Amino acid sequence: MTDPVISVRGLSVAYGNEQAVRDVNVDIPARQITAIIGPSGCGKTTLLRSISRLIELVEGVRVWGEVIFQGENIYAPHVDVTEIRRRIGLLAQRPFPLPMSIYENVVYGPRLHGERRRKVLDAIVEKQLRAAGLWDEVKGRLHAPASTLSVGQQQRLCLARGLAVEPEVLLCDEATSALDPVSAQRIEARLIELKANYSIVLVTHVLRQARRLADYVIFMYLGELIEHGPASQVLNDPREAKTRAYLKGEFY
Amino acid sequence: MAVLAIFATALVLFIALALLMRARPLLDITPLSSLLTASDWHPLRGQFGFLPFIAGTLWVTGLAMVLAVPPCLLCAIYLAEYAPRRLREALKPLIDLLAGIPSVVYGLWGTLMVVPLIRAVITPWAGKHLRFIPVLATDNPTGYSVLAGGVVLAVMVFPVIISVTEEVIRAVPDGLREAALALGATRWQMVKGVVLRRSLPGVIAAVALGFSRAFGETMAVMMVVGNVPQLPRSIFDAAYPLPALIANNYGEMMSIPLYDSALLTAALVLLLVVLVFTLAARVVLLQAVRRGT
Amino acid sequence: MGKHFEERIFLGLMIASTVIVVGSLVLILGTVVTKGLPALNLQMLTQVPKGGYYLGKEGGILNAITGSLALAGGATLVSAFLSLAVVLYLQLFAPNTRLAYLVRLSLDVLWGVPSIVYGAFGFTLLLLLGLRASLLGGIITLALLELPIMVRAMDEVMSMVPFELKEASYALGATRLETALRTVVRQTAPGLSTALLLALGRGIGDAASVLFTAGYTDRLPTSFLRPAASLPLAVFFQLGTPVPEVQQRAYASALVLTVIILLISLGARLLTRRLTRHVIR
Repeated sequence: MTDPVISVRGLSVAYGNEQAVRDVNVDIPARQITAIIGPSGCGKTTLLRSISRLIELVEGVRVWGEVIFQGENIYAPHVDVTEIRRRIGLLAQRPFPLPMSIYENVVYGPRLHGERRRKVLDAIVEKQLRAAGLWDEVKGRLHAPASTLSVGQQQRLCLARGLAVEPEVLLCDEATSALDPVSAQRIEARLIELKANYSIVLVTHVLRQARRLADYVIFMYLGELIEHGPASQVLNDPREAKTRAYLKGEFY
Repeated sequence: MAVLAIFATALVLFIALALLMRARPLLDITPLSSLLTASDWHPLRGQFGFLPFIAGTLWVTGLAMVLAVPPCLLCAIYLAEYAPRRLREALKPLIDLLAGIPSVVYGLWGTLMVVPLIRAVITPWAGKHLRFIPVLATDNPTGYSVLAGGVVLAVMVFPVIISVTEEVIRAVPDGLREAALALGATRWQMVKGVVLRRSLPGVIAAVALGFSRAFGETMAVMMVVGNVPQLPRSIFDAAYPLPALIANNYGEMMSIPLYDSALLTAALVLLLVVLVFTLAARVVLLQAVRRGT
Repeated sequence: MGKHFEERIFLGLMIASTVIVVGSLVLILGTVVTKGLPALNLQMLTQVPKGGYYLGKEGGILNAITGSLALAGGATLVSAFLSLAVVLYLQLFAPNTRLAYLVRLSLDVLWGVPSIVYGAFGFTLLLLLGLRASLLGGIITLALLELPIMVRAMDEVMSMVPFELKEASYALGATRLETALRTVVRQTAPGLSTALLLALGRGIGDAASVLFTAGYTDRLPTSFLRPAASLPLAVFFQLGTPVPEVQQRAYASALVLTVIILLISLGARLLTRRLTRHVIR
């Protein structure tokens, strides 16, 4: 592949004494949608969250190895983790709108990083709400509390909010599994549009979603990386027996 | 069994009614409003102006809140958001221990440590350097003052404010914290802008509960505040809070006409204030915790 | 960087605040121990005040120790029966009803009522009943004071009983009362005991409520209708004298009081730990 956006080298993660991820080595391609698939408990969420160091929020977690992003290992001691997290965004499974208005949700990120100018913030709000496919529905009530939106709308708001800090990479942790089919489809459509400008890594337990969206696939099982490669190859003609078994539905 | 439950509910009413009944003789003569605003306290002459005592209570309680709220909030935030789990689990029982220490022991500590400190160190220092601030000027060198009462009371309400605030903060869902951090916020930015914002009603309720507890506190304050029936004009002045009034004079209650009515009116006033604050705080708290989960 | 700087300042303030809070505890306990220990001796614990005690002569605070135990012990017992009945009613006979909400709200309010008000109410009650300041009066007043504390603690414990347990009992044909007494109370016994200890600790330490209602005496509590001494009041009265020896005894009394309460608190905490080990989830 052309220069990967993120390189994972020898990554291992343990919660206390339990090993969740074991020695993963993989390159994430730039400007594509990479899907991490695997049965529940295989470590895919752990791997995802390790990419932006959000895994550190768990008490008692230990991480070994490196994650190289923009030329440096994000786990190196001198790295400013808040900068990393600005550049690698997260869309979580359940939407968590911040306790503020729609407008303030979107500008929360830019404000954190120092942007104060009203005109600039207004422009960001419109741009990102459009990118998330929410603009037309909320343009008349930007200052209403975000909690008044439906779940599907809230998730799109979270997407807009995440994009507002202009990350390079967007991580999606089962971002549609809590949504109704219509909202889910809308989010998926947005993601396909966004990959032109962002590198997207998503975790999903729905194989059909992986088939719909993924350009690159990573298959994990019991904390180990079993197989990875272009989606057409992994999903249709996998090399490993375990991958084949999972795809056939022999375990989930 | 239902009868007992109803009895428990009605107990508040019983207490209020009983107090009212005995307070009636005085209230029939002088309306409550004038009792609360008059400043002359001469029981032998039948004059019962509560104002100095109400003022005293407000000064001491107010000062206690000013002294207690900032450290309590900071400590609660630290415990809820920053302290490693082991430290939090070690510290919480210690803080709860403060809640178990009896009032008289606080009073004892006050007389042995706080009052001398104020007398020997703080009053002279303030007299020299802070003379120009009216609320700090004084001619009371004894150390038995609003300040002493405020300090002791502040420590007494530490556990209430801290534990309730900590609970409210922890009720905020983790997903919200993650959302803020994922946008590049520092831990503090996340706490300040998101967690505290979300838990603000609960924090206010915690403070209200602390206020309510401080308002009715008797023994500890009584032992350090001087018990001089005057309107305090400075934190170094002595004061005479309402609970102390009741406790100090119950012995003579029955021998002077209307004295018992006056003291029980004071008790009634205490009850009503505490009732209002507790109800308000509970209602707000219930909502705050429910929203967080 | 600006944003990290602000965090560092506040973190410093937070730690300082925590130090202040824990430090206060250390200062208070430290004062009680360093002042009280020198004045504590066997005589203090085993004798009642003899003539001239308050002028510095012979005697001890046995009257107050036994008085406190009798007052708080009696009150806790009375309150325990009342509380258990109320909580069982709330949990099993009328759960989730309007009445239950009202009862809980009222108890919350009662929890916040200052002890001096309980004392004033108790005094009024005694006058009404024609009683004088006595052991019985103190027990009644303290029982009312302890009621909201106990009910709240018991309520919390009982809420943790999984529904399946009660369901299993009903399925076997037990009435609600039988289920209450045989199943729920047994399952929650450690937790209920903790609630008792919690309230007991509060009762022993309270002065304002027994001030008018239990009176004070130099004798041991032998009769319900005679006044009873209590440790908090012992501290208060002894501290108020001008005689230095007696003031020392106040410190010792405070130490005894504090130790008793710490022991009760420790007991409660150990019981809670034992409880959580056996709870079925």
